[in-house]
Amino acid sequence: MSSSRSSRWGLRILGIGYLTALLLAPLVMIFFKTFEDGLGPPLDAITSPDGLHALKLTLLMVVVAVPLNTIFGVGCALLLVRHRWKGNAIIDGIINLPFAISPIVIGLALFLLYGTNGWFGPVLAEAGIKILFSIPGMLLASIFVSLPFVVREVVPVLQEIGTDQEQAASTLGANSWQTFWRITLPAIRWGVAYGMVLTTARVLGEFGAVTIVSGSISGETQTLPLFVAKQFEQFNYAGAYGASLLLAVLALSALLAMNLLKRKEA
Amino acid sequence: MGITVEGANKRFGDFQALKDVSISVPDGSLTALLGPSGSGKSTLLRAIAGLEDLDSGRVVINDEDATAKPPQNRGVGFVFQHYAAFKHMTVFENVGFGLKIRKWKKPEISDRVHELLQLVQLDGLAGRFPSQLSGGQRQRMALARALAVQPQVLLLDEPFGALDAKVRKDLRTWLRHLHEEMHVTTIFVTHDQEEAMDVAEQLVVMNNGRVEQSGTANDLYEDPANEFVMSFVGEVNRLGDSYVRPHDIEVVSDPDASTEEGMVQRIVALGFEIRVELVLADGTEVWAQLTRNELQRLELREGQIAYLRPVQAKSFNGSSPSDPGASTPRGPRDEGDAEVSAAV
Repeated sequence: MSSSRSSRWGLRILGIGYLTALLLAPLVMIFFKTFEDGLGPPLDAITSPDGLHALKLTLLMVVVAVPLNTIFGVGCALLLVRHRWKGNAIIDGIINLPFAISPIVIGLALFLLYGTNGWFGPVLAEAGIKILFSIPGMLLASIFVSLPFVVREVVPVLQEIGTDQEQAASTLGANSWQTFWRITLPAIRWGVAYGMVLTTARVLGEFGAVTIVSGSISGETQTLPLFVAKQFEQFNYAGAYGASLLLAVLALSALLAMNLLKRKEA
Repeated sequence: MGITVEGANKRFGDFQALKDVSISVPDGSLTALLGPSGSGKSTLLRAIAGLEDLDSGRVVINDEDATAKPPQNRGVGFVFQHYAAFKHMTVFENVGFGLKIRKWKKPEISDRVHELLQLVQLDGLAGRFPSQLSGGQRQRMALARALAVQPQVLLLDEPFGALDAKVRKDLRTWLRHLHEEMHVTTIFVTHDQEEAMDVAEQLVVMNNGRVEQSGTANDLYEDPANEFVMSFVGEVNRLGDSYVRPHDIEVVSDPDASTEEGMVQRIVALGFEIRVELVLADGTEVWAQLTRNELQRLELREGQIAYLRPVQAKSFNGSSPSDPGASTPRGPRDEGDAEVSAAV
């Protein structure tokens, strides 16, 4: 009895200690470092024109990439689960690519494809469309790296709910559009929401792929993570920590918003 | 009027679920599709609803060819074995779903839903979610939901299969009363012959994707078309090439030319009915159904020798039940039996 109790406590302490050392300590450290010299320095860095521009650009990435990947993700999950055919295994594999490949490699691949000697680069350049070192390229990179999350969250939920409810709706007179909006989507909503939160967090934090395609030009093609790196290189630690903290707060508030909605419903 | 299926074929990969199935269900009747699992009965029901597309064949509902119509345009109500309740909706919203899709006005929906909830005895539970209902309540909700849109036909796929024995018995009595009130053409699928005989006016017995026989419970029991129907509908003993019902075996104490010798192995008293299990000289095991009085008169004991006389044996020479691979030539009699409407 007492030995099982002490071993239980041992395991708890081990678990908490492991998480603290690996996850919490660095974050707490950033928090303290940010406000080491008061609110002034980090606030100044974030509210500087470059800082504000980086924040705006980061939010733009989220506002474009998350809805696109959500629509694609739900559609793709429906295709994978509800319409079984031989190509599904291939689609399933392709969707996992962003997980498997390092973001910096993704950045390089986009750089090659849209560069002056790439397949798409010259054609688009002729049409006057600039992809690299500008916002379209950064959006492409953000969408690429965060593409699998909604699909991966929704597929198991779709499998679990089965087709009975959808078929029942169709016998009751609902067409496939009505069935999707009234039956399928409400049934998978928390899978979609969780996928969206993960997508948001991934887009907010994306560094490797965006660095390559953006060129990280201050005040032009710099997102918050790139801004953090630049501040760090320039020994402006307060600015780097402040922007880091802002990123963490943005990601956590997305998670918090979902949990609040979920609790409100339950 | 009613439902007609003509020459239906359906294949799932290597498995032929329906083989040239034709049935005809009269308007306003209550029909059971009866068969073991894998016999194609659920596939046939789902094809009538439009939830499966046939490879070939036709589905006609109330004189209209429905073969190419999607489920939402067939005017069917469908009840699933596992209820298919809309989990994120209340009982009220579940039952009103079809009406909302049809753009009924709110007060009219409310009136109709409450009328139906009264009919299925769920009034007062309108605000609950399906997760707060028992299995029997969920199935009644699903039935109310299917009836709400006033379907031309009601299709039930093993509706009581997931419920416990007591609830199942109550619900089937209740379904029969409901059908007497509403007179909507109803087909239900079951693997339970007792349930089929209890509820349905007529039965369609299926096996291996084919219709073996159709008719009233009495027709099937008294005049089965083949061994399969004989052994699936009711109890049966096999004696050599012939089949005999346990209540058609007479047990006598003195032998004569028409009797066979057997040893009593076990006597089971099931209330008024007594089940006597015997083993014959050639090792065949049979059982006879006796009444308590008969048993007392015969003074049977376990281990004793007794004499059996099959009163009414049946043999089906030449007309074996359909099995996969072997396509049995079917006589005109069989085809006639597959048409329910003409006979009943």
